[in-house]
Amino acid sequence: MNFDYSDDQKFLKDEARKFLAAQCGSDRVRAVLDDAATAYDAGLWKAVAAQGWLGAAIPEAFGGLGLGHIELCAIAEELGRACAPIPFASTVYFVAEALMLYGSETQKIRWLRRIAAGDVIGAFATSEGAGPITARSVRSTVSGGTLTGEKIPVTDGDVADLIVVLARDGLYLVEKGAGVTAEVLETLDPTRSAARLTFTDAPCEKLGTENGIAAMQAVFDRAAVLLAFEQLGGADRCLEMAKGYALDRYAFGRQIGGYQAIKHKLADMYVKNELARSNAYYGAWALNVGAAELPLAAATARVAASDAYWFASKENIQTHGGMGFTWESDCHLYYRRSRQLALVAGSPAAWRERLVGQLEMRNAA
Amino acid sequence: MDFKDSDAEATYRAAARAWLDATIAEHDAGHYPDDMAKAKAWQARKAAGGYACITWPQEWGGGGGTPIESVIFGQEEARHAVDGSYFTIGLGMCVPTVMAYADDATKRRFVGPAVRGDEIWSQLFSEPAGGSDVAAIRTRAVRDGDDWVINGQKVWTSGAHYSDYGIVLVRTNPDVPKHQGLTMFWLDLKAPGIEIRPIHQMSGGSSFNEVWFEDVRISDAQRLGPVDGGWKVALFTLMNERLAIGTSGGVGPEDILAFAAQADGADGPLLKDAAFRQRLADWWVQAEGLRNTRMRTITALSKGQVPGPESSIGKIVAANQLQDIGNTAVEAGDQYGIIADPALTPLKGAFHAATMWAPGLRIAGGTDEILKNIIAERVLDLPGEIRVDKDQAFRDLPVGA
Repeated sequence: MNFDYSDDQKFLKDEARKFLAAQCGSDRVRAVLDDAATAYDAGLWKAVAAQGWLGAAIPEAFGGLGLGHIELCAIAEELGRACAPIPFASTVYFVAEALMLYGSETQKIRWLRRIAAGDVIGAFATSEGAGPITARSVRSTVSGGTLTGEKIPVTDGDVADLIVVLARDGLYLVEKGAGVTAEVLETLDPTRSAARLTFTDAPCEKLGTENGIAAMQAVFDRAAVLLAFEQLGGADRCLEMAKGYALDRYAFGRQIGGYQAIKHKLADMYVKNELARSNAYYGAWALNVGAAELPLAAATARVAASDAYWFASKENIQTHGGMGFTWESDCHLYYRRSRQLALVAGSPAAWRERLVGQLEMRNAA
Repeated sequence: MDFKDSDAEATYRAAARAWLDATIAEHDAGHYPDDMAKAKAWQARKAAGGYACITWPQEWGGGGGTPIESVIFGQEEARHAVDGSYFTIGLGMCVPTVMAYADDATKRRFVGPAVRGDEIWSQLFSEPAGGSDVAAIRTRAVRDGDDWVINGQKVWTSGAHYSDYGIVLVRTNPDVPKHQGLTMFWLDLKAPGIEIRPIHQMSGGSSFNEVWFEDVRISDAQRLGPVDGGWKVALFTLMNERLAIGTSGGVGPEDILAFAAQADGADGPLLKDAAFRQRLADWWVQAEGLRNTRMRTITALSKGQVPGPESSIGKIVAANQLQDIGNTAVEAGDQYGIIADPALTPLKGAFHAATMWAPGLRIAGGTDEILKNIIAERVLDLPGEIRVDKDQAFRDLPVGA
């Protein structure tokens, strides 16, 4: 038993933090936020690709670093802390994972190397409207090698080169081009773009042979663990910001961090963050070794991280008082991102339901 | 991150499991919270097998093992549902303090019998005027030659009515600020002048006591640490306390999951109720969070780090969850939930018992509020509370109820 990052992993994480502190200050995040025409920070994307992070968990045979998923978790934690405005999650946690899970040798050779190099942006298109995705909610169909349907919203769908689409009978690979149109959507978190994608007889290629919902869920399980680390990084940053402000701000003759109402609020943030960290670590282990517990561990990590990030991001604003409600304060960057991350792989309510379903299955077995 | 046993850990687990299977079979084990003779016999067996106080040195009767081995044995022992709660406070808090501060002769006299379960220890800190304000102690000890004479009253003393010995924190100098005039002693709870009166709790039981001291005479040789230097000794004891209490048992997510599978909800089993499922998921996430946090603590211990105040998390979360789970099951009974008769209620009344016990757990070993202060001040480095008593002599402090 060893329930911590190894020294090498800690080193990687520290280096990632330093790199992002230099390359991804909140000015860079705000540049994407303020400019409606900019979907992501292309300079940061190139720099991150040069670091090898996009291929951290991709085998060397396919152009990656061949490290492992715990290393990718460490990177994810730092990307979340920096609120990085790049399509990392869509490309790496969803599309690269889907390819590694279900891709044929040919598909892997064709795409993973380009993903690792930063030449291809991916998007995972599943939702077709409000509410959880079910076998009945999916209407997109494939016939004669082409896909027809509408997906909304698709995170990074407007900038994606390669889209993994959930159709009625499975997952499909669709390249940007003929038969694919994108309409950019207004979202809660403009530092991450989203689009309505319309497919009209778009050429497609089957990805794996699994039942579509099951295959999507298997990709979600893997992404959930990685997203939990982004959420954890963001939640930790919120606590740091709240603590910093509580020490700087004086009211009634003393630092507001000396008042129990604020102290207990920050202690509650700390407790939620630590529980989320512990559950994320368990998920990282399950993902890394391919444990049978992965679905349950992933759901546990995701519910804990979504809860912690929501609480930390809203109470960070509350701690900052009126200052926290201004556009100039960075608080809202994290508040927005906490909402984006909580929903991008299905809502917390859907994950709680999945978690209990897993417990029922386990107890029935 | 590696959640599976290493080879050495797997070997230890297999040996522990084999020992438990063999020993429990001949010991007539089972859950016996009310049978002290059985509990003591089991503790003695464990000591003989090297499975009592696993992390303590063998020369003191311990197992000479690692923190991870201690956890592994605990996991295996839990499968057999034996109850060791008689020894938690003594071995978790009191005897470590004796080992750290007593002379060799005292240690030789007491540590072995405690490990073997022959003698049970209590911790006498709290007083009517000082619960969360631990240092507001009024029980006096006055020097008389080579002896000290103690007068006063302690309260909330767990298990004093069945304990043999205790460690007691008393005021030896009222002329200095409160933290500077305290001294720690060990004492025989059967000594003349000590009267132990069980407290009737709201839960119906009596696990706590009031302990009255009337001219109780003890030798200066029973002192643990310097005269007026007891606060530091008390902090040593308290550091171990929250770790021990944070892991208290009671009903958990698994219990209410099993209950909900057969309990009636509005439209079929309670387990099919969407609102219930959402809450169950949150309890599971909390319980798993605590379990995995404990694994992180053990990892830190195994690397030679000292567990910090973050162990306060365990008690805050576990006590509140116990209250919430207990009450949810009680409310699920609708009108029937009013009934608390163990013969008529689910899990032999365990959910009702949890509901009535949880308020105490949220207070014992530091209230939720005090533990959050500890996290805020010692983990997050936020400013301390305003203390108007900091520089005043204890005797000049205002006293209320």
